[in-house]
Amino acid sequence: MEDLLRIGDKNIKNRFFLGTGKFSDKRIVREVLEASGAEVVTVALRRVDASSSDENILDHIPGRCILMANTSGARNADEAVRIAHIAKAGGGGTWIKIEVIPDNKYLLPDNAETLKATEILVKEGFTVLPYVMPDLITAKRLEEAGAAAVMPLGSPIGSNRGFKTEEIVRILVDEIKVPIIVDAGLGRPSDVAQCMELGCDAVLVNTAVAISRDPVKTARAFSLAVQAGRLSYLAGHAPSGEYAEASSPLTGFLREE
Amino acid sequence: MIIRINGKEENVSGKININDLVEDKGLNQKRIVIEHNLEIIPAEKWQAVSLREGDTVEIITFMGGG
Repeated sequence: MEDLLRIGDKNIKNRFFLGTGKFSDKRIVREVLEASGAEVVTVALRRVDASSSDENILDHIPGRCILMANTSGARNADEAVRIAHIAKAGGGGTWIKIEVIPDNKYLLPDNAETLKATEILVKEGFTVLPYVMPDLITAKRLEEAGAAAVMPLGSPIGSNRGFKTEEIVRILVDEIKVPIIVDAGLGRPSDVAQCMELGCDAVLVNTAVAISRDPVKTARAFSLAVQAGRLSYLAGHAPSGEYAEASSPLTGFLREE
Repeated sequence: MIIRINGKEENVSGKININDLVEDKGLNQKRIVIEHNLEIIPAEKWQAVSLREGDTVEIITFMGGG
C-alpha cells in the first residue's frame, strides 16, 4: 500500500517540503523541485518594489505542486490573518503556514498569537499549518482548533543547527494525531533523517538547500534522506544494547578448542 | 493629495482610481493584490474605487519564502 500523507484534502507522496526563499537565482527553484520531487512548496508575500524586476516566484513552481503561502512578517494574529487573506486573493490557494514572529534575533514564534490566528483561519475554511515552538499544550489546542498539521521548529530559522528540539517533538509525535512537520533549522540530510526516524510525518527545508553550493544536489540528498528516515520508521528500529552482539559465528575453525 | 502607498507617502495629482494607480506604476496586474484601507479590492473593482486624501494602499505580490 502506498504510504501517503494526508493533509487537508490532499494526499502527498513526497514528505520533503521546500521553502523558496534565499535562492540566488529563482530559476533554480524549478530544477530543485524536479530533483527533489517536492510537492508542497512555501512562498511569501511582500510589497511590490517598482524598481525590481517583474519576475514572480510563482512562475518557477510547476502546477503539480501544492502552494503554501506563509504569513512571514506578521507580528500578531491579526496581521497573520490579513496576510492569509491577501495570499488567497492573489491566487495562493487556501493552504497557509502561520508564522507569527515578534522576535528578530532568534525568529522564535509566538505560540499564543499563532493559536488565535489558527482558530480564525480554520473557521474561514483555510487549511492551516501553524509554525510553533514545540510545546504539547499548544499543539493540543492547535489540533482542537482544527489545524491540519503542527509544525514545530527544529532550531532557529536559517541557523542550520539541526534537530535540537528532538525530545519535545518526540512527545508531540506520540500525543498529537495531526501530522507533525519539523520546520526550520534543519541543516543537513542527516537532520531530516533523524526527524523521520522518530516518526515525524514530513519536514520543511529552505535555507540549507537555497544557500548550499549545489542546491539541486542538496535538495535531492534531503529528499532521499527523508525517504530513508521514513522507511526506517515504518520498518521499526532494531533494539540497541550495551554490549556487542556478534553478527557472525564466533566458533573458531582455524584452531583446536 | 497625499496617499500612503506601501508605507510611503506619495503625492498623487487629480482624480485617480486604483486602476489608474496600477497603470501609472506600470505593474503587472495579474501578479498583485491591492489592499485599500485594509480592504482587499478585487481587480474587477479597481476602476470603481477612487482614492482620497489620506488613503492607505498596499500593493502586494508573491516572493520566495520559507
